[in-house]
Amino acid sequence: MKIHEYQGKELFRQYGIPTPPGEAVKTAADAVRAAKSMGLPVVLKAQVHVGGRGKAGGVKVVTKEADVEATAKKILDLVIKDLPVRRLLVTPAANITKEVYLSILIDRGARKAVFIGCSEGGVEIEVTAKESPEKILRLEVPATKLGNGTAADYKDFASKLFSDADQASQAAVIMAKMAKLFVEKDCALVEINPLIVDDKGKVVALDAKVLLDDNALFRHEDLVSMRDMDSEDADELSAKEKGLSFIRLEGSIGCMVNGAGLAMATMDTIKHFGGEPANFLDVGGSSNPKKVVEAFKLILKDPEVKVILINIFGGITRCDDIARGILQSLEEFDVKVPIVVRLIGTNEKEGRALLEGTKLTPATTLEEGATTAAKLGGKA
Amino acid sequence: MSILIDKDTKVIVQGITGRDGSFHTQQMIDYGTKIVGGVTPGKGGQTACGVPVFNSVQEAVKATGATASVMYVPAAFAKGAMLDAANSDIKLLIAITEGIPTLDVLEAYEALTAKGVRLIGPNCPGLITPGACKIGIMPGQIHKPGRIGLISRSGTLTYEIVKELTDCGLGESTCIGIGGDPIIGSKFVDLLPLFEADPDTDAVVLVGEIGGQDEVIAAEYFKTKMKKPVVGFMAGLTAPPGRRMGHAGAIVGGEDDTAAAKIEKLEAAGIPVARIISDVVKLVQKKLN
Repeated sequence: MKIHEYQGKELFRQYGIPTPPGEAVKTAADAVRAAKSMGLPVVLKAQVHVGGRGKAGGVKVVTKEADVEATAKKILDLVIKDLPVRRLLVTPAANITKEVYLSILIDRGARKAVFIGCSEGGVEIEVTAKESPEKILRLEVPATKLGNGTAADYKDFASKLFSDADQASQAAVIMAKMAKLFVEKDCALVEINPLIVDDKGKVVALDAKVLLDDNALFRHEDLVSMRDMDSEDADELSAKEKGLSFIRLEGSIGCMVNGAGLAMATMDTIKHFGGEPANFLDVGGSSNPKKVVEAFKLILKDPEVKVILINIFGGITRCDDIARGILQSLEEFDVKVPIVVRLIGTNEKEGRALLEGTKLTPATTLEEGATTAAKLGGKA
Repeated sequence: MSILIDKDTKVIVQGITGRDGSFHTQQMIDYGTKIVGGVTPGKGGQTACGVPVFNSVQEAVKATGATASVMYVPAAFAKGAMLDAANSDIKLLIAITEGIPTLDVLEAYEALTAKGVRLIGPNCPGLITPGACKIGIMPGQIHKPGRIGLISRSGTLTYEIVKELTDCGLGESTCIGIGGDPIIGSKFVDLLPLFEADPDTDAVVLVGEIGGQDEVIAAEYFKTKMKKPVVGFMAGLTAPPGRRMGHAGAIVGGEDDTAAAKIEKLEAAGIPVARIISDVVKLVQKKLN
């Protein structure tokens, strides 16, 4: 789960990581009020769940009070990479004397929690990593050490980022706190870019990017409430609540599949045979017919869907339960588009018997199903 | 022969008294797997599915001589169960559980590795040596003893490919679902050497998907270290970037972890990659002839 910069900074404050004051606002008028109370100059920062805000004009320094309203309006009118800007963070402008990059994340390749640092901050770290990988510093931290490390554990690493001894020791303290935040809140990423030194020699987190582990949200109610409903697809969220994994796409073939890998392969096969998938939908490994009904509901909501392809390989999932779900859905909804069904695996005979006499188009293999679906009006 | 498990492998089930655990224990017993016991803390002394239940993995190992454990414990309790396995003399742990917090897996993985316990999964269907031993949740009937090894990050997609291998008469030596999470105990590159060394495996099918670099690392390993042919399949060619496609590990982060980029690197290393499922068998047959 993504949270905004202003929420990430709230977590930083909870953990004692120095970060400038700030206020998140939704209107230009509130931006003016916040700016006045902080004193100019301020920075207005768009709060959207995408990178590259600065380049898109979503981050502006305002020096005159009279300009705050117009600038705030301009940013609030922006749509950055398809996401409308609904919130601004108003924060005092900092006097930067040095900026570095610092993050902690899980390196899946190394199977380790790892700090990444670079003494050239504020830029895109991916670019630096590619062009001059020698500038990227790494420090692996054992999982059991994340929550109880101290500044001393991070001193060497921090010294490589900051030549000044005092700044390095401030950074080491910040790293210990970052690691604690990372493990206690089950983060997937805590990134500070840039971590700066201000004109008073203080090391401060000027930005905050925090990603949370979806698998761990069940034990963090406080974090779940940080979810920005405005920037999430309502259907995708409600699908998640019902145990389905759903992502809307652009095409015309609605898909219902059990298993994420097979759902992806089904989309790929559709495309291979000239069709365009309208969605990714994994009904999961359970046999509950209700899930099938929910899946139908989601697919049918999309007016672009011209045909539905159901591809089930029964393992834990039983084909007869899926068939029951299909029958229930046909009763509940007025389905006007053709449905291609391919059921195989556990209880496939029972499943097919249940669907006999319906207007569904059966398919024996995924490839046959995908070809048929593409023919039945699903062509791109 | 086969890799990791055979007809003599003694297996215990962590979470044997749970709904999923008891159901799949019975399925494994019916398949012929030597299930010798189960573990549910607090329920030691009871019997489940006809085998004794113990309070800890170590108790179960001592009493039964089991070398493998399969875990069906719910995600919230999975870390405890995995650490329990790490504190025992078990050799192989198969974690079926889906949705375990990543940092829990990381901590358990570190503990298991320190003890030399091999972890398969989590969030995986398990592994099977057809006709000899099934540990996990895959439908046994689609498998057939044969000489093709299979390693996959997916569950049902694996079944599709297994069925093709079975239907064409090739059959499988051992099939391993390594799981769809960002942190998994055994990756392609950890298992390929076992197939390379297995006298009863002639070729390996590698089923990958978007996210991470494991397929690319496997391709490098293949190029420098393997003589047996490997054939690939990569799910997620149509996956949009930045979106998690069901599996926690299946997300396109950069330009080099897309399906297209992986296919390119696998093929450059000499691993042909099927674009549709039915082509997997054709590519395997071509390599064998």
